[in-house]
Amino acid sequence: MARFPFSAIVGQDEMKQALLIAAIEPAIGGVMVFGDRGTGKSTAARALASLLPPISAVEDCRYGCVAEERGTCPDPCSSKRIRKRPVPFVDLPLGATEDRVIGALDLEKALRAGEKSFEPGLLAKAHRGFLYIDEINLLEDHLVDLLLDVAASGENVVEREGLSVRHRAKFVLIGSGNPEEGELRPQLLDRFGLSVEVRTPTEIDQRVEIMRRCGEQERDPAAFAESWAKEEVKILRQVARGKTKLAKLETPDAIMQDAAELCLAVGADGLRGELTLMRAARAQAALAGAKTVRREHLIAVAPSALRHRLRRDVLDETGSTVRIARAIDELFG
Amino acid sequence: MTGAASASDPAADALLAARLLLTSPGTLGGIRLRGAGPARETVIAAMRNAGVKMRRVPSHVDDERLLGGVDIAASLASGRAVYQTGILTEAARDEAILLIPMAERMSDALAGRLIQAMEDDACKLSWILLDDGIDPEEEPPASLLERTAFHCDLSQAEHADAAALPNTGAAMDTSQTAPLDREALTALANTAAALGIHGLRPLIFAQGAACAHAALHQRSNCTEEDLRVAVRLVLAPRATQIPQLEEDAPEPPPPAENSSPDQEPTDNSNPGERALEDVLVEAVQAAIPADLLAQLSGGKVRRQAQSSGAGQKRKSALRGKPLGTRPGLPRGGARLALIDSLRAAVPWQPLRRRELAGDTQTHQIIMRKEDLRVKRFEERMGRVTIFCVDASGSAAAARLAEAKGAVELMLAQVYVTRSEVALIAFRSEGAELLLPPTRSLTRARRALAELPGGGGTPLASGLNMARDLADMIAARGRTPSLVILTDGRGNIAADGSPGRKQAAEDAEAAAKAIHRAGHEALVIDIAARPGPHAPELATSMGARFLALPMADAKMLHAAVAAATSHTSQAAA
Repeated sequence: MARFPFSAIVGQDEMKQALLIAAIEPAIGGVMVFGDRGTGKSTAARALASLLPPISAVEDCRYGCVAEERGTCPDPCSSKRIRKRPVPFVDLPLGATEDRVIGALDLEKALRAGEKSFEPGLLAKAHRGFLYIDEINLLEDHLVDLLLDVAASGENVVEREGLSVRHRAKFVLIGSGNPEEGELRPQLLDRFGLSVEVRTPTEIDQRVEIMRRCGEQERDPAAFAESWAKEEVKILRQVARGKTKLAKLETPDAIMQDAAELCLAVGADGLRGELTLMRAARAQAALAGAKTVRREHLIAVAPSALRHRLRRDVLDETGSTVRIARAIDELFG
Repeated sequence: MTGAASASDPAADALLAARLLLTSPGTLGGIRLRGAGPARETVIAAMRNAGVKMRRVPSHVDDERLLGGVDIAASLASGRAVYQTGILTEAARDEAILLIPMAERMSDALAGRLIQAMEDDACKLSWILLDDGIDPEEEPPASLLERTAFHCDLSQAEHADAAALPNTGAAMDTSQTAPLDREALTALANTAAALGIHGLRPLIFAQGAACAHAALHQRSNCTEEDLRVAVRLVLAPRATQIPQLEEDAPEPPPPAENSSPDQEPTDNSNPGERALEDVLVEAVQAAIPADLLAQLSGGKVRRQAQSSGAGQKRKSALRGKPLGTRPGLPRGGARLALIDSLRAAVPWQPLRRRELAGDTQTHQIIMRKEDLRVKRFEERMGRVTIFCVDASGSAAAARLAEAKGAVELMLAQVYVTRSEVALIAFRSEGAELLLPPTRSLTRARRALAELPGGGGTPLASGLNMARDLADMIAARGRTPSLVILTDGRGNIAADGSPGRKQAAEDAEAAAKAIHRAGHEALVIDIAARPGPHAPELATSMGARFLALPMADAKMLHAAVAAATSHTSQAAA
């Protein structure tokens, strides 16, 4: 059954922008989506994963090795054939055990053959793709620590039960959650590159349009996908072009200056804010097809890159987004 | 039995919902049947009689059974890998509906698995949640409720003995009904706005239900009746406000502000629509839960109820401080203790080899099911701090602001230690749960800011409510601790009648009940001039006592932190 097309998602432009940025610049380090239930968070992430062109990997390799890496995974893989496979999309269920996430001793082999072998977990499955965690704020803290650590280092190191295994695990981490139901520790939030706030659309027209499209999709998924194929190709081209552009994009010193000033003005903690802001601005410029990064790109991504890094005041009700908008106005007029 | 004739009968509605669910499999999620009773049995029996296949999923089901995997016991017995198929796969294959008993106690983890399986397009799942919850707080995981199209409350339903699944001949394929036109969609969207429903899934479900109802009646176009049924079954139970048509409409909750401005322009531009919408809103009036008004005035919005039914026992096999091993199968996330399992198997090897006569050459260790050991962990139970604040006139004047400040500081600390807080306030006639246990700073802050002061001191009611909440928390495997901020001078009895003497007796009884229940408690005297009342209260409660005549919020916070840090270590 065909997935809901990425381009057919009504509204939610900030989320779509953040996902596209993460898709062309994995170094950005994940996207955190705050918002109500039923706003198309997981639909958008799934749609993007199935939109992207398939990746090629060694046949049957459980760790998704590319041809040059053949034999370097814990298995090790040996097939000479290279096969295309869809971009992995792993949906981490709430209540997943550590074993299932990082991998564990292969019980069957251990008991029957007395062989100590490693059964890869969800992290291996998500390599080169997306790892989506709904309600990340309800996930056990130690799991969140572990996930963010792996996402940042791009490698999963398992040292337990007499196993000593490491394998590549590079993925775009997408977390979602509703702050009304519990919050994430600031240290963990800071590790996410971008954050977006999604809201349920309130305009009747938009809501009607969403119902219409969902109805059509449920009725005949294939025909619906077909009717959006052209739009999908456009996004695919944008991503492909963005990836090539990103490598040779110029970043003027003035823009870096702007980024530093903005971070200082809003009081973003740490250097990670500036780094992410620059990376996101570059990716945004590449997606737009620009030759150099301009201030407008910086402004477009600033809320996503900085929103979750502002120091929280327990007693201050002013939203982070408002504070950033104010700082942008003051600095850049 | 037709839909129109049985408009007000919840059991008939539940049956109609079941029929719609069967008509369009995999798109409507499921049905929630709230309230144990004969009506629910009748509904289930009617479905069984109609030949609907159902698959029971007990709440203790483990991952292996649910999703399938290696059957360890059978594998060991036969010496080769034996796989079992999971319940979800079997249900999808047999087109059976999952029947989930005790859904209000369901763990978030199980809900997560179901949702994942549902969103995986390969298998079309539908479920019936048997929700035995009584309190508004007791309900199935919100994430699952959100994806369950029909919510039927059968707790008030009378016993209907001759119910049958409405079956108007073979239904058409839902894909043959025409999609809803713009007018119908707009009417649905406006109705949802009038009911204060903000999510999008209910709208999508309502659309699906209307199409399914049309298909059931073999209509290729949705009529007004189809929409009416959809609104009644899907939207009405989710209402968070009474539609504006009603005269004594309560103050709309804050998020509803944006619904009315949106409504007007559409109405003006398209006057013909108004009629259809009115019909839908009217259809909803009858179906709105009777206690909605009470819930709204109590400041409770149902969707915010936090659900966590996972007990402490199940969790303790997963994480925490290692605590040795015990015999058992590595299932449900329990981890195999490999070395201990081998150790258990070793002494039996010569015997077992002899049993398998002839096969003495093998160097394999022969393991049996009974050798297996799993790790045990000791987990520190989650802590919930219940603040019970005296907001009466006597306390409010001087100390309420400070008490609020202290609670706020405590909240910030609680946020760091990841425990939860709840807030109860008592004033004038009774006590009120302002904040059910939560980790959300945003909500806690809001509840505090809205805390009013003044009136009498119904100390006994406050203590009783605190104890009920503590009991509930303890029953769910977490540790409650009570922090009671009061001057100890109750003047309203437990039944709400004034009178200092009765009030004092009731308060003492309530305090002793807390003592008997064995909950940790701390009484903080917030009287301007400390008297004997608060210390006496603490003694009856077996609680620690702090008198803070001239303290400010920071000092209060330090005192509370010092007192509770001792208790949390004790619980480790």
